[in-house]
Amino acid sequence: MANMSLKKNEMLSQEPNVRKNNFLEVALGYTEEQAVDEAMRCLNCKNKPCVSGCPVKIYIPEFIQKVAERDFEGAYRIISESSSLPAVCGRVCPQETQCEQRCVRGKKGEPVAIGRLERFVADWHNKNSTEVVEKPKQNGHKVAVIGSGPAGLTCAGDLAKKGYDVTVFEALHKAGGVLVYGIPEFRLPKAIVQKEIDILKSLGVKIETNMVIGKVLSIDELFDRGFEAIFIGTGAGLPNFMGIPGENLKGVYSANEFLTRINLMKAYQDNSATPIQNARKVAVIGGGNVAMDAARCALRLGAEEVYIVYRRSEAELPARAEEVEHAKEEGVIFKLLTNPVEILSDENNFVRGIRCVKMELGEPDSSGRRRPVAIENSEFDIDVDCVIMAIGTSPNPLIKSTTEGLATEKWGGIVADEETGKTSRPYVYAGGDAVTGAATVILAMGAGKKAAAAIDEEIRKRYGEN
Amino acid sequence: MNKIITKKILNPTVTLMEIDAPEIARKAEPGQFIILRVDENGERIPLTIADFDREKGTVTIIFQVVGATTMALNHLNEGEYIHDFVGPLGVPSNTANLKKVAVVGGGVGCAIAYPIAKKLHLNGCAVHSIVGFRNKDLVILEDEFKKVSDKIFIMTDDGSYGEKGLVTDALKKLIESGEQYDEVFAIGPLIMMKFVSKLTKEYGIKTTVSMNPIMIDGTGMCGGCRLTVGGKIKFACVDGPDFDGHEVDFDEAMERSTMYREFEKRAREETCRLLEKGVR
Repeated sequence: MANMSLKKNEMLSQEPNVRKNNFLEVALGYTEEQAVDEAMRCLNCKNKPCVSGCPVKIYIPEFIQKVAERDFEGAYRIISESSSLPAVCGRVCPQETQCEQRCVRGKKGEPVAIGRLERFVADWHNKNSTEVVEKPKQNGHKVAVIGSGPAGLTCAGDLAKKGYDVTVFEALHKAGGVLVYGIPEFRLPKAIVQKEIDILKSLGVKIETNMVIGKVLSIDELFDRGFEAIFIGTGAGLPNFMGIPGENLKGVYSANEFLTRINLMKAYQDNSATPIQNARKVAVIGGGNVAMDAARCALRLGAEEVYIVYRRSEAELPARAEEVEHAKEEGVIFKLLTNPVEILSDENNFVRGIRCVKMELGEPDSSGRRRPVAIENSEFDIDVDCVIMAIGTSPNPLIKSTTEGLATEKWGGIVADEETGKTSRPYVYAGGDAVTGAATVILAMGAGKKAAAAIDEEIRKRYGEN
Repeated sequence: MNKIITKKILNPTVTLMEIDAPEIARKAEPGQFIILRVDENGERIPLTIADFDREKGTVTIIFQVVGATTMALNHLNEGEYIHDFVGPLGVPSNTANLKKVAVVGGGVGCAIAYPIAKKLHLNGCAVHSIVGFRNKDLVILEDEFKKVSDKIFIMTDDGSYGEKGLVTDALKKLIESGEQYDEVFAIGPLIMMKFVSKLTKEYGIKTTVSMNPIMIDGTGMCGGCRLTVGGKIKFACVDGPDFDGHEVDFDEAMERSTMYREFEKRAREETCRLLEKGVR
């Protein structure tokens, strides 16, 4: 008997007034009862529009059916066929523009809470599964994966399961890429990422941290060392700045720097040697997930007032709906249709405010969104002592600049086939943000999966194996 | 984890360590740097590579004990390990096709100037080294510089060794005496690099400086090390650390370097106390 409630089952979360003072996870997840009840809302419809909205085509109605039957491990097995990081994606995917957007139940009322169910299933598995991961039989072929973010981890995992001898090279001292340095603990607990990495290690994947490929070893040197194929999943880590006066004042951070200090270097903990400014009033420029993360981190560090300054309107905010909602609940102030033109300095070259202009939406631009245009004589100042630039990132040029014959786009992205990840260099594959520019975890994961399959196929072909 | 092979105290505040890091030693070039973390909760700090031995597989760092991290690093001994050691980062110094240069080093900056002088010397370039220190007790790498320099001038602020005066005084004298330099390399405190650049600009001599701002990842990711060069934002970690001294906004760089001064002071005092306790 289907559950015909028009609303999703609410997910328990920490109270806004409590959570804005800690870095613990905000959303607490469904109980078994809530999950089963929510699963009953799925109509199991024939044409499965939800699946077509999923970048990795998870068999969504099938796994939800298993949840409804209380076969949680069965549900996990179904998700695992398509996704390597369900505990991560259940938390960070923008479901409202993917699977849930197409759900039939969403036509009248709210869609089935697919993301929350995915998260529930993955967490249930992590908590209850007694399955021991074993190292598969080795096939003797060596593959190098550069970058240990979602694309790299997925590619490494899939290849390891097929018996490849995989080494992941990570530039930082800790594996996980953006899952570790970018997304805060309160949205994605690091223990979840660590668990995924531990599973890879059990599968035999070697992880070498502190290895900046392009500097300490080039792509060509990796081939010299016996790697037969290489996957580049180096992400889009280069922060953009606006180019307005005052951007180099003390108290202006890129979101990458701000979040890295907090997430990777644990600047908010007493025993961390990495400092962070104790700002009183903070303006975060940008409207994406990174901007929301930075704003909510600033609150948790004790800021009294935190602003999101975004040049378009609420409808265009690129962040996940849930993150916007959480940020508002916690007291983040949204200054929409507002664009900074200058960062103002105090007498000691610290930030004392930002000068902004009001914007209005004009004709649609190349992205199809209405272009924000400055309103004349609308300047006003906001009093802040810290500004965080969260206006996007570009791919890191380190590999591009040290690899001959690797074709890249003008804006820096590596040219790679969408279906296989093949680049202009034989046996070199690429995927994730390094190819697409800053996008989502699930897309990067999908690219890692496709590349793993293509690498497997090419190496088999090379050796005439089937 | 990288092992400390040798440790030498060069002067009361400057220490040399030779670190086992074969992969980095294989690729390192003068002007590049490493990033290290002393322990698991440590901060990441950049240090320029002072020397390397490709055969032994070692990289030498020379650091001044100025803050909590360098203090903790200085407490490690031969045979102990540094938690993280990554590199070589940054763009190597361009030392090709030069006939005669002046290498100006100030204080611990001499540790960075030395490998450049050495490389230039090996390239057959005439090297005039001008090295400055506050006083006699702080002089480092004198013998090393002598080996790779055609002329060497040691300057001290108080005149307790070498000649009394600033490195810019010596450089100015040399230029005015008719020495023609293809290029000047200036490495030391920001204020020194600023004034060397100001001087050489008057004479139209190309000048390269090595910037060492606050950094986290060292791979272009955080932008914390950004500075203004020729009116544009540059990242010291991937675009540098070497820049055209005539284009660098030194005043801004000096301001930015003080961002965490209060925090650093507290951290240093805290570390001081902890280390003292550990010794007892």
